[in-house]
Amino acid sequence: MNHLLIAPLLLPLLAGTMLLLLRSYDTPVRRGLSILATLALVGISLALLLHVAEHGAQVYQLGNWAAPFGIVLVADRLAVIMVLITSVLAACVVFYAVRGSDHAGRYFHILFQMQLFGLNGAFLTGDLFNLFVFFEVLLIASYGLLLHGGGRKRTRAGLHYVVLNLVGSTLFLFAVGALYGVLGTLNMADLAQRLSSVPAEDLGVVRAAGLLLFGVFALKAALAPLHLWLPGAYGHTSAPVAAMFAIMTKVGAYSILRVHSLMFGPDAGPLAGLLDAWLLPLALLTVIAGTLGVLASRRLAEQAAYLVIVSAGTLLTAFGLGGTEAFAAGLYYLVHSTFAAAALFLLAGILGEARGTTGDRLVPGPALPRGQLLGGLFLLIALAASGMPPLSGFIGKWLILQASLGAPDMLWVLGVLLVTSLLGIMALARSGSRLFFKIDEKATASAPARLGDLTAPAALATAGIAMVVYAAPVYEFARVTAAQLVQSGGYLAAVLHSTAGGIAQ
Amino acid sequence: MEALIAIVIGVLTACGVYLTLRGRTFPMVLGLTLMSYAVNLFLFVMGRLAIGTPPIIRDGASYADPLPQALVLTAIVISFGMTAFVVILALRARAELGNDHVDGEEHPR
Repeated sequence: MNHLLIAPLLLPLLAGTMLLLLRSYDTPVRRGLSILATLALVGISLALLLHVAEHGAQVYQLGNWAAPFGIVLVADRLAVIMVLITSVLAACVVFYAVRGSDHAGRYFHILFQMQLFGLNGAFLTGDLFNLFVFFEVLLIASYGLLLHGGGRKRTRAGLHYVVLNLVGSTLFLFAVGALYGVLGTLNMADLAQRLSSVPAEDLGVVRAAGLLLFGVFALKAALAPLHLWLPGAYGHTSAPVAAMFAIMTKVGAYSILRVHSLMFGPDAGPLAGLLDAWLLPLALLTVIAGTLGVLASRRLAEQAAYLVIVSAGTLLTAFGLGGTEAFAAGLYYLVHSTFAAAALFLLAGILGEARGTTGDRLVPGPALPRGQLLGGLFLLIALAASGMPPLSGFIGKWLILQASLGAPDMLWVLGVLLVTSLLGIMALARSGSRLFFKIDEKATASAPARLGDLTAPAALATAGIAMVVYAAPVYEFARVTAAQLVQSGGYLAAVLHSTAGGIAQ
Repeated sequence: MEALIAIVIGVLTACGVYLTLRGRTFPMVLGLTLMSYAVNLFLFVMGRLAIGTPPIIRDGASYADPLPQALVLTAIVISFGMTAFVVILALRARAELGNDHVDGEEHPR
């Protein structure tokens, strides 16, 4: 067994525990530890990615019990790429947070590390009940982070977020219980195998459980009509937290993709394609609902939150189309949209501070010192987020549109994605002109934006540019990942046929 | 026995859903608690109802499935912690918003 697999879980857990013990120490010590742990996590994720790319999917048996009896961690290509995105995003966010916004409360870095623990666990686990447990870990950390700093609107949005997710967790448990009651296993690979031979009288229960599971993941992924909680929660929390939450909707999308491809894939017998009828129409509806929100937003952070909904919808459109090409396009778009949304949230936080009492409301404000630099960065991020050439958003959308050619719903996908892209560009152009061109003479700016604050959003924007320069290798990696998802046999064999201790019998 | 348990779970869930949809935080917290009771019972029953059998495999004897018991223990701990959190959050919302309505206003627009 390769112990590298469990390192992305142990490192944030240990770092979080140490931070808890050191909470009375000076701020620089705690910040340093948090930065160190996050940077080490980037290194570990990169090493894991290279290892998996070379040697194929890796399985880690906790307590050395062979699957399906023991609990396993599975690092296939999809899992490791999610872990890598999370750690890169976390590194950028933590560098932004240590410049002052972590001071609003003492527990920011502890909660942040626990959030990373939950996220990495959710991506790496190969067991449905453990997926629930890691969801709870990342959720309870996110409750704390969301409320970080306090305030009326934040508390109200937090209450809605917490209650919705508690209901979601209850539904998740109902689904898990029903699946266990019928199939007698919770290992995802074992579930996938047993699903193909479910007796006819149990089909209804399994179908209900599968759709319940889809509903829970749809809530996390902000799929319409379950997206209404997101703008309030993301739009009112602090900038680094909102930026980190850019990956949270992707956890839902990841879970849908995992369940869709593994458990209800083409080999699932009578249950094959259980989600097909739902995923694509709802994803397109999400894109439309999100775009209307982007047009109607009155604050930049709110607009960024609606852009997260649009990107979740676009992503799930790709997953709903199905097939290697569409999955690969979706994975490329997933990486891009996470970084673009996070960069926009961070920039909204910086602008909100620099514009004094005007905040990040989309109305004419004071003339900003360093306005050209801020405006240039906004232009770069807005181009990427709206999917304009030559940045990564364009390539992502192009790939999705290309994958939809020839699909039965081609016209719907093309029509919705192209029209909403145009509307998104219009909305972002209007925001840019209101924020940077129109000046309200009476308003006064607060302190000019510090250059150091801009490094994190600039780094995230650079990651978007790097995805254009290295588009071919990134897409190639996504394509091989997608091919493995479509042919789930490799995943099943890796999990179910690995013997205890890795010793062949 | 199975029918009785099923009815109990159904009634608990229905009451939980109704209370969760109420406009004030206290009934809402009660509703969430009832729903978590229902789901814990449901998980437990998924190991089938058996009386007087140990959760260990022995030669020739029947046994109760131990896995749902472990699952339900985990679920109870998590839901207990979450309930404590949501109670504190509801109290804080009451203090910051000035009332106990879930939207923070007595007559939302």
